[in-house]
Amino acid sequence: MARRFDAGYYFSEGFHSIFTHGFMSFAAVCMIVACLLIMGSFSLVAVNLNDMLGDLEDENQLAVYIDDSYTEEQARALEEELKAVPNVTNMTFVTRAEALDTYQQSHNNVELFEDLPDDVFRDRYYVHIADIAQMAQTKANLEQVEGVGDVVAAVEIAEGFVLVRNIATGVALVLVGILLVISLFIIANTIKLATFYRREEIAIMKLCGATDGFIQWPFVVEGLILGLTGALVAFFVQWGLYQLVGKVIIQGNGLSLVTMIGYTTLIPTILPVFCGVGALIGVGGSLLAIRKFLQV
Amino acid sequence: MIRLIDVYKEYDNGTKALKGVNMRIDDGEFVFLVGPSGSGKSTVIKLITAEIAPTEGRLMVNGYNLNNISPRQVPYMRRTLGIVFQDFRLIQKKTVYENLSFAMRAIGASSRELRRRIPYVLQLVGLEQKADRYPGQLSGGEQQRVAIARALVNNPSMIIADEPTGNLDPQRSLEIMMLLERINELGTTMLVVTHEKNLVNRFDKRVVAIENGRIISDKTGGYYNGEKI
Ligand SMILES: Nc1ncnc2c1ncn2[C@@H]1O[C@H](COP(=O)(O)OP(=O)(O)OP(=O)(O)O)[C@@H](O)[C@H]1O
Ligand SMILES: [Mg+2]
Repeated sequence: MARRFDAGYYFSEGFHSIFTHGFMSFAAVCMIVACLLIMGSFSLVAVNLNDMLGDLEDENQLAVYIDDSYTEEQARALEEELKAVPNVTNMTFVTRAEALDTYQQSHNNVELFEDLPDDVFRDRYYVHIADIAQMAQTKANLEQVEGVGDVVAAVEIAEGFVLVRNIATGVALVLVGILLVISLFIIANTIKLATFYRREEIAIMKLCGATDGFIQWPFVVEGLILGLTGALVAFFVQWGLYQLVGKVIIQGNGLSLVTMIGYTTLIPTILPVFCGVGALIGVGGSLLAIRKFLQV
Repeated sequence: MIRLIDVYKEYDNGTKALKGVNMRIDDGEFVFLVGPSGSGKSTVIKLITAEIAPTEGRLMVNGYNLNNISPRQVPYMRRTLGIVFQDFRLIQKKTVYENLSFAMRAIGASSRELRRRIPYVLQLVGLEQKADRYPGQLSGGEQQRVAIARALVNNPSMIIADEPTGNLDPQRSLEIMMLLERINELGTTMLVVTHEKNLVNRFDKRVVAIENGRIISDKTGGYYNGEKI
């Protein structure tokens, strides 16, 4: 007799099974929603911090001041050596004359600052780095270079951001791990309950010569439906939550320092990730529950 | 065809249910397996359906060697068998028709195959008028007919019935036995477990008698072939 993958049958069996133990299914979906929401919220915080950190990396650069006694020629000659310092990506050289110019312009040519001799300023490099987390180390390395007077960098701010980002990521990872295990367990129990409701039918199916795969599929589908339902609900709740937090932040502070990425631009990432994790929990949980049927 | 060669079965708790059973059932045969309670009849059935494994001895069922059958092959072996129990084991929330379609779907039959096969089988057991009833709306005898129809619906080469008349009155029991005889005449091998002497003696069939885990007689004729009655 034909051996086909009867998706319609598996789907309708799995779908109907959900309602034979509605409360448990409801609890399982809620658990997945909670798991995804917590995971999503922490990830969004981390993503936004990363984004802000990116801005910081653009604006924040290290100013490397060259020793007073160096001539411009000598100062320019240091470029190769500075470039060799790890983490340095690129740099621009600014002469003391240029620096004075910029300074005077930025002070609207106030008289007080006119006629300043240009040796008040030093030749300097503005250095960009790849990884802001290593700013302190890079600063120290730059200071080691012969001919470098001072290096000025906003190390504390950079480190603060990095720390917050790392904490958010770490907490998110730990929470996600715990919640994944709990969700898996809840799904597994829901599916176990489903198999208990159907133990009679399962026994008869086995008697008739149904393969393990055939017996399992409806339960896998049930887990999948629960997981995906949870993912969709979580996706929309997360959306609302994100908008709400956005509003509060905009109202709560005039600081344009805190910027948020728009949710809609994140959808192509969030939706697949939520659905993927939901499906994984659902299918994983049901496989966990029906593992014993693998052995006849 | 079924062959048991020197089969021993000791359950986990130490009960020695079978102590060297030899039995051979050829295609097309009708065999009664008789014996007192606890003699090992159901154990033989469970060995044949691969529900349990023998402690010792060789076991062949319809071309499958159960001594080294892979778990993946067990469902296919079972499709060559139709199994009937004393307690019917019907799904109460499914109609007669649905009980049969459930069994066919379990082995991947198509809707067309269902529509062709189920009416034929229902007519064979005399229940074509009751296809839409639920098991609870049927008499015990009728329920057992549904169970027999379900065993037949996937067209097995052999039917195994473990005390199929255990819950029925003598008249219904006789009707069920006659139905099984009829199915056998249509070509299905039949192995029927029972301990109803009178019933067995009304049919002139091969009778295998088991007692205390051993086969004590295997002859065509009445229960124990009259030796112990
Ligand atoms: N799962 C089991 N675990 C331990 N012992 C068992 C098990 N099943 C059966 N037995 C024992 O094995 C022996 C044979 O049992 P079996 O069920 O084969 O008897 P039977 O001939 O079918 O009896 P009955 O006519 O009462 O159904 C009995 O002593 C019984 O107690
Ligand atoms: Mg028995």
